[in-house]
Amino acid sequence: MTVRRASWRIATVTALRRESATSRTLVLDVPDWPGHLAGQHVDVRLTAEDGYSTQRSYSIAAPWRRTQLELTVENVRDGEVSPYLTEVVEIGDELELRGPIGGWFVWSAQQAEPVLLLAGGSGVVPLMAMVREHADQASTAPFRLVYSTRSAVTAIYRDELERAAGAVLQVDWIFTRQAPTAGGRSAGRLSAADLLVDGWLDVQRPAIYVCGPSGFVESAATLLIAAGHEPGRIKTERFGPTGDQR
Amino acid sequence: MTAGLDGNALGGMLADVFVGDVTAAVATCAGCGSAGPIAATLVSTMQPGAIARCPSCENIVLRLVCTEERAWLDLRGISVLELRISDRE
Repeated sequence: MTVRRASWRIATVTALRRESATSRTLVLDVPDWPGHLAGQHVDVRLTAEDGYSTQRSYSIAAPWRRTQLELTVENVRDGEVSPYLTEVVEIGDELELRGPIGGWFVWSAQQAEPVLLLAGGSGVVPLMAMVREHADQASTAPFRLVYSTRSAVTAIYRDELERAAGAVLQVDWIFTRQAPTAGGRSAGRLSAADLLVDGWLDVQRPAIYVCGPSGFVESAATLLIAAGHEPGRIKTERFGPTGDQR
Repeated sequence: MTAGLDGNALGGMLADVFVGDVTAAVATCAGCGSAGPIAATLVSTMQPGAIARCPSCENIVLRLVCTEERAWLDLRGISVLELRISDRE
């Protein structure tokens, strides 16, 4: 039996945005893209002149806007794919991609319950797609994003998140190494106190999405369960500490 | 090798083999009997393949190798795979 392979599409880079010292957003034109849900990812395949080919998964950063698909990629040192995407690719270049992929780690505006998003590092990318979809659809579901990153220098989407925060979106920053200003939360990893926040307790039964490196996801899930949240309401997406993902 | 991934990362490879998305399908582990979505399994990839383990007992639930022309899928670690079927997307 021969199974027809899920198709690879050609995407053309139409714009590039520097998001932080080590990350960049690629805006791609994909003419026959079928659309996607917030939280889904794509596989990107690069093929060298000698035929060597390698692929990685990257989260989609924004809702589908006509033909524009946005990926935000964090440069992983010694990675095979991310240094190319964050440093080398230019406008007009073509990439092969397939997707959208994943039907579990997704949010749609049909969901009315409160949503708690926990991001570790570049794990913020698929959660940002949810935040943007929430705004685009004028959803009234309460959202809270808790975003853990080393410092203000490594933070992605900082200005947009500061502007977007308001009545239906609460944004809390966790700076693990260096907090930008005195008076706020001091630097340190995500802790139980960051989760025991009025309006976001287990009794409010939020849908929870956690994305980040494996260690972050593991400790966040442990803290959430200790705080009383049901495991069945917690969706996780992890990428390895040494992985070249997102 | 890339360790520390999860079943979300298998979606593209599984799309070569299954019709529709399988990461949301609920797998019952043949080792310990716990059930959860494929997305929540613990995954290591080593081109051209991947291994997924049960998050509860770490039993291997899925092994997949995809080359240009062939795919091999070993699901003996899963006793039941429950998929949602709909007429709509």
